[in-house]
Amino acid sequence: MATTSHGDLDAGARASRTLTVDGLAGRRGERILFHDFDLFVAPGELVWLRAANGYGKTTLLRILAGLALPEAGTIRWSPASGPATVYLAHANALKDDLTVLESVRYQSTLHGLEASEAAIADAIRRFGLQSRRHAPIRTLSQGQRRRVALTRLCLSDPQSTWLLDEPWDALDAEGVALVSTLLDEHAARRGNALFTSHVPPAIDGLRTVQFDALPAPA
Amino acid sequence: MPSSIRFFHFASPARFYALATRWSPALWVLAAVLAAAALYIGFFVAPTDATQGDAYRIIFIHVPAAWMSMVLYLAMALWAAIGWALNARLASMFARAIAPTGAMFTFLALWTGALWGRPTWGTWWVWDARLTSELILLFLYLGYLALVDAIDDTRRADRAGALLAVVGSVNVPIIYFSVKWWNTLHQGASITLSSAPTMAQSMLIAMLLMTLAFWAYAFAVVFKRTQAIVAERERHAQWLTTTRKLETA
Amino acid sequence: MTRVFATVLRRDLRLAARRRSDALLPVAFFVVAVSLFPLGIGPEPQTLRQIAPGIVWVCALLAAMLSLGAMYSGDLVDGSLDQMLLSGPTPGQASLAVAAAKSLAHWLVTGLPLTILAPLLGVLFGVAPAPIVALTASLLLGTPILSLLGGLGAALTLGVRSGGVLLLLLVLPLCIPTLIFGAGAVVAIDSGLSARGHFSLLGALLILTMLLAPLATAAALRIATE
Repeated sequence: MATTSHGDLDAGARASRTLTVDGLAGRRGERILFHDFDLFVAPGELVWLRAANGYGKTTLLRILAGLALPEAGTIRWSPASGPATVYLAHANALKDDLTVLESVRYQSTLHGLEASEAAIADAIRRFGLQSRRHAPIRTLSQGQRRRVALTRLCLSDPQSTWLLDEPWDALDAEGVALVSTLLDEHAARRGNALFTSHVPPAIDGLRTVQFDALPAPA
Repeated sequence: MPSSIRFFHFASPARFYALATRWSPALWVLAAVLAAAALYIGFFVAPTDATQGDAYRIIFIHVPAAWMSMVLYLAMALWAAIGWALNARLASMFARAIAPTGAMFTFLALWTGALWGRPTWGTWWVWDARLTSELILLFLYLGYLALVDAIDDTRRADRAGALLAVVGSVNVPIIYFSVKWWNTLHQGASITLSSAPTMAQSMLIAMLLMTLAFWAYAFAVVFKRTQAIVAERERHAQWLTTTRKLETA
Repeated sequence: MTRVFATVLRRDLRLAARRRSDALLPVAFFVVAVSLFPLGIGPEPQTLRQIAPGIVWVCALLAAMLSLGAMYSGDLVDGSLDQMLLSGPTPGQASLAVAAAKSLAHWLVTGLPLTILAPLLGVLFGVAPAPIVALTASLLLGTPILSLLGGLGAALTLGVRSGGVLLLLLVLPLCIPTLIFGAGAVVAIDSGLSARGHFSLLGALLILTMLLAPLATAAALRIATE
């Protein structure tokens, strides 16, 4: 059970924002990677964005997160204002010289999560990093670093939309199961998520969007 | 308004390409004629200066070149900013095309400044306020060229260049002021390249003609370079292959 | 946005403290570079006293530039920069806070130590007390300008191949007015003249740069990450 600083909220009163994407086109450098992309993600939905390498999944997530502008098309969130999206990129955004605890605290403060010390400790414990919480990031394995980055999922607003780029990357079986559980819980409290993964996720009620089935640009 | 419609009419790279092809010969001819006239008046008609003799005649190239270097920098910054703000492809290409020509004029101004300084001061270089500012302007041009060349992504290169050019434009007056300050403070009486001789009318005409010649030349060269940039960037566009076929036919 | 500003600043200072030797490299360079000049020019006291303001200022300028390359590049590579840009309501606002925090951190870690060390170097060159005070004061006003302009250069050349040297080529010309007013102030005091004009101009330049540079840097960050 995820404990967050927001406490137990009435699941029905608040839900994630609905995402509507219409005719989106995305570029990286000179190339238009995709175009005419439509997507609808309602509260409580978990969407698996599926495509081979190089089709622009990361670019799409970056655009949805707000880091890049689309080449064409519209993105609509309803309601217009609401909890910020949680974007976890392929890279962990961790500094080698900070400890696990410092990194989680930094993430929390940076994104205005206002997580209490207890909530942070809980998140670290949940991801099995309790014993390494004072260890510098550079001493951790790839999988452990991923776990540190993922703690944000426990600390964020329960109704935020999660945009996850390869969340299961580098994780062992236990880590994989943990992330899948978190996603299930997220959907249960009417949060939504859009993620990519090269391995089929073991989640019930998943909606798959096959990205590379888009027609090639003229 | 008819004028603004016509302006945007040529904002498409394809139409500009055609326009440039049509106007180029005339521009080159104009540049050559004006330059010849300017040089004739400057070297044969304008009187010999009392104090400087004939050495001063280099200003007929030096001063117009310096003017061009500054104006072209501002033009480059302006077009780059327009390209960035309005996402206008052609404007960004213009800016890129102007830069090398602007740098060339800056170099020419420095070179002719040295040629002027030699007979008058006995050295090839003086840290005159104007010359020093020209030198710094050359650094700004080189910085712009280096930046846009180093960034592989064309769009990012255009935008970063635009930002740099705008920042440079804001800095140019500050730099000029500070260099003048530096020059006067350190020397007591300022070191200047001999102030231009009192202008006889023929001298003014010669400088004016040379300036116009440089303008025509700049237009011709920038147009040509822009055409090359258009050809490179829009190489997949249909209209380009047809045009090229017509040109070589 | 103060939250983002404070968080990034605190983090950067903490990271610098963990790599103290790295952080002090520019300061070491400063001392070494300044010491080269007497070796190259000769130990004649009168000459050294005269060239000291210019030497110290130019070496401070170059030393400040050394740590600029690393301002944003580490965060770009490990994905931290993206997260910073997402920490505010818009990337525009967030990038402004980040730009300001980074420049301030750079000044605290590099510029300020250079300023503190300057009087010592002035003594090495046999500079009189009054000019030494002027030197320190001018660097105190000038090094923040260098950090701000340097941040802009770092953001413009972010992730670019030959970024390090390109950065210097872009930023050094912009720093020339600061150099002129800063070193000029010391020379003026040394000649017994008033440096009020110099300091006023330096102060004005600082204010102008503080207002405009973070905006430009923020734009450059967005250009680099889009």
